[in-house]
Amino acid sequence: MKRSRKLSTTVIGVVLTAIMLFPLYWMVNVSLTPREQLRADPPSLFPLHPTFSGYTQVLEQQIPYLGTSLVVGLGTVLLTLVIAAPAGYALAQLRPAGGATLNFLLLIAQMIPGIIMAMGFYILFNKWGVLDTIPGLIVADSTLAVPFGVLIFTAFMIGIPRELIQAAWIDGAGAWRTFRSIVLPMSRNSIVSVSLFTFLWSWSDFLFASTLNRGGEHQPITIGIFRYIGNNTQDWNAIMATAVVASVPAAVLLVIAQRYVAAGVTAGALKD
Amino acid sequence: MKTSMTRTQRAAVGQGVKEGAAQAAPSGTRQSARRATIRKQATAWAFLTPIVIYLVLFYAYPLYTNLDLSFRDYTLRSFISGEAEWAGFENYRQVLTDNTFGTALWNTFVFTGASLLFQYAIGLALAVFFYRKFPLSSTLRALFLVPWLLPLLVSASTWAWMLNSESGIVNAALSWIGLDPIYWLTSPDWSLTAVLITNIWIGIPFNLVLLYAGLQAIPTELYEASSIDGAGRWRTFWSITFPLLRPVSAITVLLGLVYTLKVFDIIWVMTRGGPGDSSATLAIWSYRLGFGGGSPQLSPAAAVANILILIAFAFGLFYVRAQRKALNQ
Repeated sequence: MKRSRKLSTTVIGVVLTAIMLFPLYWMVNVSLTPREQLRADPPSLFPLHPTFSGYTQVLEQQIPYLGTSLVVGLGTVLLTLVIAAPAGYALAQLRPAGGATLNFLLLIAQMIPGIIMAMGFYILFNKWGVLDTIPGLIVADSTLAVPFGVLIFTAFMIGIPRELIQAAWIDGAGAWRTFRSIVLPMSRNSIVSVSLFTFLWSWSDFLFASTLNRGGEHQPITIGIFRYIGNNTQDWNAIMATAVVASVPAAVLLVIAQRYVAAGVTAGALKD
Repeated sequence: MKTSMTRTQRAAVGQGVKEGAAQAAPSGTRQSARRATIRKQATAWAFLTPIVIYLVLFYAYPLYTNLDLSFRDYTLRSFISGEAEWAGFENYRQVLTDNTFGTALWNTFVFTGASLLFQYAIGLALAVFFYRKFPLSSTLRALFLVPWLLPLLVSASTWAWMLNSESGIVNAALSWIGLDPIYWLTSPDWSLTAVLITNIWIGIPFNLVLLYAGLQAIPTELYEASSIDGAGRWRTFWSITFPLLRPVSAITVLLGLVYTLKVFDIIWVMTRGGPGDSSATLAIWSYRLGFGGGSPQLSPAAAVANILILIAFAFGLFYVRAQRKALNQ
């Protein structure tokens, strides 16, 4: 009796998940549907005659965009870690005067709508001559992640036992040595979480790319997809193939780092 | 909660040690103690130097630039010369008297309000559902996260195709159950609903994860007690689960609010705010003025953006207060 009820709950759960993930299935389905069948009425629910022409097109046209996104993503991760990790250490362990104010400012920073930052950056980057460049985009994208990164690092590093740090101090290690050889290695989990989220946000960014890199030589994949939609609306097979490829990092992330993801979402919102 | 407790305790202990040392020590040691404190603070702020420079250069400066921009008349010529004439409140006057303002403000509120309501209600229902552990539950819960991790552009373009009037699967499904097709993206009556559906779909996973975490923090003894008292599931939910979940709910909704106010990618990809202004929010309107093609009107765009930031901050204050409350409980 009880077992059958559990089983029926599982069935309901599977159905709900299937409904939720239907758009993803549809994206894959359309990416495999031959162009002449896209307008079929009714649309076919399964790719009965799958074609990979959409994917060939992606490989021919979108590789440079994907490469740019990869470079920008990695650059953003690096910049975010360099800025956020020391800040997290100081806020968690060194009790700086004014730390509460800084925490508050970081909280506020997360609420600023991207369009405002984009407009300010646009004027400034024009002045600095970094409009349409990869470093410019890296800086802009990092603003999506730095406040979150500090929050996560602070939350994790507060848990490092003070005795451990004091022991290092007594052994004559300076603050920097302690940070590098004790705090950082112990914070591996939080480094992974922050890196994953930062990469994903940078990879997904469209607003900064479409304002600060409108005419650049190296543009990210989100611009690649958007161009497709604008130029050849007939070719949804190729658009969806690009979308599938652009989703790969998210999928990889979920498979290899599921526990970091859930932990990151919760920690970012619920911890102080 | 735990962290804030230990932190206060730690501070109290630190205070005690400091006072004790000050009382017992002669003035020479007191001076050296002060010097040690200064050195400690210097170390702490050395680690904070990168973030402070970063915040000033890449947060405060762009914000200030944006504010300045909204009070000037920035033209194509100023783009090259870098100079723009002072315009006072002219841009704000222009924006506030524009016909689009009312529509965009209304759309922003409807879009935000309806998104939050549905995301929260569906997320909570799912969280309660997944709380009953069953085979596969954790795997399915993980799969639910996928839509949230996808690039918004990917989700938006997928939904745009699904909602396509002629060849979309949604209209095909409607016709299977005998309903007329809906012009989701091309009719001014439906465009806001279309982007709303997409945004709700994206927001459900986030609500589910946070509320699920909140549910797990509720002590199980309370449920046992209530089942001994003979309360049904529905009663238990309304008299135990829902009230105890309030702090987490507040944070979830307010985070959702701050996020939804900024939504740009989804609407821009699906409808560009159209047809007409029918799905334009403040964020979309601002972008359209500044970067939407035609001659860029950066100064009015900045004015719209600053109005948006005022709204975001007003709600942001609620957020901070709610978080404080949640931490103190």
